[in-house]
Amino acid sequence: MNTTVSPTIVRLGARSVFGRRRGVLLFLLPLVLIGLSVLVRALVGEDLTAASDTLYGLGMVVIVPLVALVATTGVLAPEIDDGSISYLLAKPISRHVIVVSKLAVAAACVLVFGALPMLIAGLVLMLEQPEVGLGFALGSLAGGLAYCALFSLLSVLTRHAVVIGLVYLLIWEGLLGGLLDGIRWLSITRWAGTITEEVASDLSLVTDLGPTYAIVATLVVIVVCTWLTGRRLRGFNLTGDE
Amino acid sequence: MSTLELDHVSRWYRNVVAVNDVSMTIGPGVTGLLGPNGAGKSTLIALMSGFLAPSAGTVTLDGQPLWRNEHVYRTIGLVPEREALFDYLTGRQFVVANAELHGLSDPGAASQASIALVEMSDAQDRVISTYSKGMRQRIKMASALVHDPTVLLLDEPFNGMDPRQRMHLMDLLRRMGGEGRTVLFSSHILEEVEQVARQIEVVVAGRHAASGDFGAIRRLMTDRPNRFVLRTADDRAMASILLTDASVRGTRLRTEGGLEVEASDFGRFSEVLPRLAREHGIRLLEVTPTDESLESVFAYLVSA
Repeated sequence: MNTTVSPTIVRLGARSVFGRRRGVLLFLLPLVLIGLSVLVRALVGEDLTAASDTLYGLGMVVIVPLVALVATTGVLAPEIDDGSISYLLAKPISRHVIVVSKLAVAAACVLVFGALPMLIAGLVLMLEQPEVGLGFALGSLAGGLAYCALFSLLSVLTRHAVVIGLVYLLIWEGLLGGLLDGIRWLSITRWAGTITEEVASDLSLVTDLGPTYAIVATLVVIVVCTWLTGRRLRGFNLTGDE
Repeated sequence: MSTLELDHVSRWYRNVVAVNDVSMTIGPGVTGLLGPNGAGKSTLIALMSGFLAPSAGTVTLDGQPLWRNEHVYRTIGLVPEREALFDYLTGRQFVVANAELHGLSDPGAASQASIALVEMSDAQDRVISTYSKGMRQRIKMASALVHDPTVLLLDEPFNGMDPRQRMHLMDLLRRMGGEGRTVLFSSHILEEVEQVARQIEVVVAGRHAASGDFGAIRRLMTDRPNRFVLRTADDRAMASILLTDASVRGTRLRTEGGLEVEASDFGRFSEVLPRLAREHGIRLLEVTPTDESLESVFAYLVSA
């Protein structure tokens, strides 16, 4: 798999994400997180449980996956929907380069609008223990990247990537992940939580899930989904309006 | 010089056959792919541009398979039918991006040359979302030509163009074909195709119905039996008079009034009819061709 990045595709991808209305969400989501963190800090003071509940329950379960969903589908889905992806595909470029370049844009969004706000929110909530913010930032980055890879695969598999992605986040990661303990083995958010715990050892987010498993599983999702997306693009069917 | 080869190609979607056992060779020069809407032209172009896998048969460009082979795009320029472009870019940015993606050494210069070729230099700094349909078509052409391809595939390129733009694009395609490029474009309008293409491939209902130069195709289309409904001052007399001429194969009096005529030679019939009517003093009230639609022409070709 050739993993070089095409600056042209990165440039087009960035304009695609921010040139549409949904790009505004990328700015709003972290503002909600930081705003609520400020509120919690003002009401509760510096409290590890409150900080952990806010950063995990809101940031890691809701904000970061949504940022990844908006960024990844924004960079891939519209071009597939309207067929303009044919202008990228009708070029002598490896399909993996196209996917990696587009994912680079989504990854940058996760870093800026997901991980960085988590660090800021963490510092707002727990200034005394900066490792909490740092842990959540790193965990969010890892989880966010895995989500990007997963949603990129979803974008090339279905035209309803946004809806299916939302349903997956709400039902699997949100609802079932909270109710059924066993889902931790197949939950990107729980893996991200475990990685966070490795950095901020005072936190207790996910029980009974080893950090090695969490890191390996995250890497497997990133690599396999990215590769499958490229493979799918290589055999992309595009027909006219007939 | 490049040659596209389709060898017994079929493409089906579940139980719907879009392209049925088509074999054709597209060589240098301009070829028109003619067929009614829904005939499978876009499917054929998708197969020829590597955007669709054949369900059976092979599609090759100079012996190389097109499916899952991104290297072929060094030689292919594709103008899809779909309108969607990168609407947030200016025309120039769009063509430059295409040039960069082709890895050209001087994307700026190549883009300028290509934009000038399609006469879009004046509008190149406008955002694509403000372009008319014809301008979109031309900027798509510029993006397809930017890497100087030897094969150019265009899906319904004349759609939405005004007559002047149409003439210009026709000139451009002729020039490209004259330079030895392999140019293939699809259309559902015979007149459009025969103005540009020497070679015409006719597709009807997914099947390769006819192939040849425009003269042969035109003859096939006009020499078929033509049916007309006539209303005259004396239908019965007119029927018997017409039957005396070799250009008329049969007549039938309609119960609702009027006369149905099947002519085997359209050219001669159109000359003979008014003359015979005048000679016998029968006034012609109405002459209506009943099967002039392109679909009926294509249907005839398939059954021929």
